[in-house]
Amino acid sequence: MNALEIKNLNVSIEGQSILKDFSLTIPKGEVHALMGPNGTGKSTLAKVMAGHEDYQVESGTVTLDGENILGEEPDVIAHAGLFLAFQYPLEIPGVSIANFIRAARAARLPNGETINAVEYYKELYEKMDALKMDRKFTARSLNDGFSGGEKKRCEILQMSMLDPAYCVMDETDSGLDIDALKTVSEGVNLMRGPERGFLVITHYQRLLDYIVPDVVHVMFDGRIVHSGPAELAHELEAKGYDWVKESFATTA
Amino acid sequence: MNTLSENTMNNPAKTAAEPGWLAERRAEGLAQFKTLPAPAPNDELWRFASVGRLKIDDYAPTGAPDAATAEALLERSNLVSERAGRSVYVDDHAVCFEGISEALKAQGVLYLPIEAALQSHPELMERYFLKESTELGSAKFFGLHAASTRAGSVLYVPKGVEIEQPLVNYYWTSTQGTAVFPHTLIIAEANAKASVVDVFFSETKENEALNIAVSNLHAADGAQVFRKVVQDWNEQTTSFQLDTTIAGRDARVKNLAVNIGAERARYENQTRIEGPGANVKMYSLTVAEEKQEFDQRTFQTHNAPNAVSDLLYKNALLDNSRTIFSGLIKVAEGAQQTDAYQTNRNLLLDPTAEANALPGLEILANDVRCSHGATTGNLDADELFYMMQRGIPRRAAMQLMVFGFFEEVIEKVDSEELAENLRQLIHKKFDAKIA
Ligand SMILES: Nc1ncnc2c1ncn2[C@@H]1O[C@H](COP(=O)(O)OP(=O)(O)OP(=O)(O)O)[C@@H](O)[C@H]1O
Ligand SMILES: [Mg+2]
Repeated sequence: MNALEIKNLNVSIEGQSILKDFSLTIPKGEVHALMGPNGTGKSTLAKVMAGHEDYQVESGTVTLDGENILGEEPDVIAHAGLFLAFQYPLEIPGVSIANFIRAARAARLPNGETINAVEYYKELYEKMDALKMDRKFTARSLNDGFSGGEKKRCEILQMSMLDPAYCVMDETDSGLDIDALKTVSEGVNLMRGPERGFLVITHYQRLLDYIVPDVVHVMFDGRIVHSGPAELAHELEAKGYDWVKESFATTA
Repeated sequence: MNTLSENTMNNPAKTAAEPGWLAERRAEGLAQFKTLPAPAPNDELWRFASVGRLKIDDYAPTGAPDAATAEALLERSNLVSERAGRSVYVDDHAVCFEGISEALKAQGVLYLPIEAALQSHPELMERYFLKESTELGSAKFFGLHAASTRAGSVLYVPKGVEIEQPLVNYYWTSTQGTAVFPHTLIIAEANAKASVVDVFFSETKENEALNIAVSNLHAADGAQVFRKVVQDWNEQTTSFQLDTTIAGRDARVKNLAVNIGAERARYENQTRIEGPGANVKMYSLTVAEEKQEFDQRTFQTHNAPNAVSDLLYKNALLDNSRTIFSGLIKVAEGAQQTDAYQTNRNLLLDPTAEANALPGLEILANDVRCSHGATTGNLDADELFYMMQRGIPRRAAMQLMVFGFFEEVIEKVDSEELAENLRQLIHKKFDAKIA
């Protein structure tokens, strides 16, 4: 199937169970939003899918277009088409943005092929311009000393340069000012298309005014408790998580 | 084979024409070498060092290389193409001394082999040659150097003269069992500007050698000097490098060392600030593997106020290698408003590697800013995950991170060509390991 499919995923860390029978399907071409209170397991889901080794997968499956990715190395999962825009991007001193993205691109080339530097920089600069990033950033160390918003833009720059089939964006909006939110959303919207699926994790409906989702999921205590159209985000914003707790959590 | 001490006694490294003062300094050096005790494990200045691994008696100075060797090594002396001058020594024999331009000569700049400078500028040499030594535990070895040195270059830059391109000195070892004593003397008069690159290479992976090198750098008031050291001996070399810097008023000095080779390398680096407002940087980066031991001792002395000294030593360790960083900052009573910093960062890439750090402060002034710190850690697992999430395989990601760790020092090299050549040298050492 042409989708990112998560089925009955149970995940724990240090003996504490975090994801509880979590299931979600994101067909290519769709944008799904995932909302839910702090600590409910959204980032855990993102990192488990990306192959983070700290988490214990008890049971369940995650597939990209039918191919299993659970238990694979993070780079293998990336090659399979999953991109994770981190909630907290790491700072990598001494590794420039340009060299980093280039290494990531090079890793995707068949043996023996090399990157055309001129074309690479042309594309990189175009995408930076679109995200209103100063071209000087290419020479800066990856995320090193970047402001919160600069880090998030840099995540989206990487996402657009790596052209993944499935994008998981973990609170990309946090740290962005209003103008940046628009710019970044435009960048994401440009990437929308029938060949790509998105999971947009956010706390704020504001982002979803710019990146209008096909489906909104509400997560609570390690699983999705409610799903609905884009308007659900507004309802959630108005009513808060107590409403979720009262209306849906009992199904647990 | 003669032992090194016998050899030095029987064949003192003096030519017929050596002046009396030099004969005296050599004799003093030899006496120092013979009377001072060998480093002992309980000696504070040799703490953590494997003194038992110091075997210096099996080496002796050797003859000049044959023409083919000289030619081949000259060819390989190519780290820096844009240069103001170049010297190439093989086993302490000059195979090439590419002097400076007529224009620089006309301005009074001297760039000469030590022996030539002794002939042509005896007063200058009497004032500076073999006058400075580190005080970090290697007096015995400095003595042997003083008694034995016959190879090296002198750079003298008169007041106000600026040399844009570097002078590059290559010191090679070639003959099995050779002992070399390279000497670099740099004198920059007031407001002069110069840079020097000293390169230490072995002809092959196998030729065993002993190196006892000394460099003395004098930066007078307002002088700007950048000295870079590239040490890539083979792993059959025991190396001592004893470097001093004296900085006058408002002098700006940068020392940068890249240490890749040697079986056992002792690097002593001492800075003495004698003029207010001086600014001295001491950078070093070391890649240790297998059974290599890098023993680094540093000393930042502030004898004048308002000056800055800033030290950054980074070590990456693989396999069973060891590093020792022992750094001392000393601020004299009158040296108010001193800024003295010292940072040692060790990156352990294998659990069997061992990094030792001994930072120290001695502050007699009350209005100073000093900091010293040492950290030792592994590659960060979350950083690795982040890079791999972008599709970069584990080994490549590790390599990027290690080079990132080095880049903080490499980017200070100030010459894209040399920086790139240094990256290549490190790659050569690393790629087999990590790729
Ligand atoms: N490495 C870890 N060690 C221990 N506990 C962890 C670890 N990672 C996550 N947790 C715990 O798992 C739970 C889920 O965390 P997670 O980061 O997935 O939440 P989240 O939904 O992304 O929250 P937020 O909205 O604040 O980003 C939390 O209780 C958290 O403390
Ligand atoms: Mg989170």
